[in-house]
Amino acid sequence: SIGAGKSALSTDETPNTLEEISSYNNFYEFGLDKADPARYADALTVDPWAIEIGGLVDKPGSYDLADILTGVTLEERIYRFRCVEAWSMVIPWVGFELATLLNRVGVQPGAKFVAFETLVRPEEMPGIGAGYLDWPYREGLRLDEAMNPLTILATGLYDEPMPKQNGAPMRLVVPWKYGFKSIKSIVKISLVEEMPQTTWNMLQPREYGFYSNVNPTVDHPRWSQASERRIGGGFFAPRVDTQMFNGYGEQVASLYAGQDLAQDF
Amino acid sequence: MNAQRINGALRPVPPLAVYLLGLVPLGLLVVQVFTGGLGVDPVKVIERQLGEVALQLIVAGLCITPLRWLTGVNLIRFRRAVGLLAFFYVALHLLTWLLLDLQLRWGEIGADLTKRPYIIVGMVGFALLLPLAITSNNLSIRRMGAAGWQRLHQLTYLAAIAGAVHYVMLVKTWAAEPLLYLGLVVALLAWRAARSLRRAGLRSA
Repeated sequence: SIGAGKSALSTDETPNTLEEISSYNNFYEFGLDKADPARYADALTVDPWAIEIGGLVDKPGSYDLADILTGVTLEERIYRFRCVEAWSMVIPWVGFELATLLNRVGVQPGAKFVAFETLVRPEEMPGIGAGYLDWPYREGLRLDEAMNPLTILATGLYDEPMPKQNGAPMRLVVPWKYGFKSIKSIVKISLVEEMPQTTWNMLQPREYGFYSNVNPTVDHPRWSQASERRIGGGFFAPRVDTQMFNGYGEQVASLYAGQDLAQDF
Repeated sequence: MNAQRINGALRPVPPLAVYLLGLVPLGLLVVQVFTGGLGVDPVKVIERQLGEVALQLIVAGLCITPLRWLTGVNLIRFRRAVGLLAFFYVALHLLTWLLLDLQLRWGEIGADLTKRPYIIVGMVGFALLLPLAITSNNLSIRRMGAAGWQRLHQLTYLAAIAGAVHYVMLVKTWAAEPLLYLGLVVALLAWRAARSLRRAGLRSA
């Protein structure tokens, strides 16, 4: 047990079971099927683990994960998690605010975006060779999104270390955006001036925008985003209405004041 | 010679056997619903499996005639069973989408049916199969005449393409499986087209 403290930012909805959270994953580095990550991620070496932090920061360098974790206080954040495929879960993450790390390495004034990359290690990740995506998996946030208190780097769930299939040893969680923004098994963080390239946007720019905020009024071209199936009800899993910003509008709507979210989808 | 032996061996097999065999995938799904073997998102698995079995049966149905050209093995007697089973699985696939996945949210269903190309293509496939299923009986063949009936049942080709394209379009990235089905359907139809062109050529020569 990690002994993570509670957070006022947690939802009081009932979390999905560990079994549900760790057996139904999109992590294409291990295969396309949602059971593939749980099947193959065991082979992933997560210790030692280093994260290269660079770009417009005062203290660039390769940081050992253990060094990053000394000095941060881990807390539990129970967040709704909405996949772009129109299913959702409630997940008790353990992590710390991304802002804490960014402040520690010193963000320089010119930085406007944060870019992230996932590990590419074909000998441990059987999906890499299949070439489903243009590796490494890339994601990005605008700096104000990255600094929002809701945005965390998660190292565990259910008060235990992160299962490998969920993105061990450390992943991003951005609860008001579609799940694919919450990049897994991070090895690189760069502060940059220009909007970075992101994997799904590179593959299908018409279908996946940079922002990818959960938005029931802006449909994915191939399916509706108006509602979602809440995983966990088995055969009769209820379909529920999708909320704007996945229900986190109070904390994040102001980030997008003046933006047309149908344009900046 | 082998083909004759196989055809002889199949003669006592009733089409009912094909129907029963065709229900096995459904039976397996039902068992897994009750044993929890479908994982944490059973509805998606059911929806997908039913669609995939339907596509497999459609491809199997398209193989029956070329198989006879190639080997002399004649399975035409079982083709109606294969076709009706394919329709049965397509119908269950559609019902799963309406009842278990979209849960009769008609507003969203209506929007999907008018705005989402892969759903429109899938629905067109179902609509094409409907008259074929209704006329898959001897009475219809007698009433329509063999030639007219056969012309109508060439809609199978369009339905097969619609089914395969529906699958390719719904996957988020270029995956091997849906492309394999589309490739098989296109190859089986191209084979027929090439053959009938060659025959037309021979006749006019």
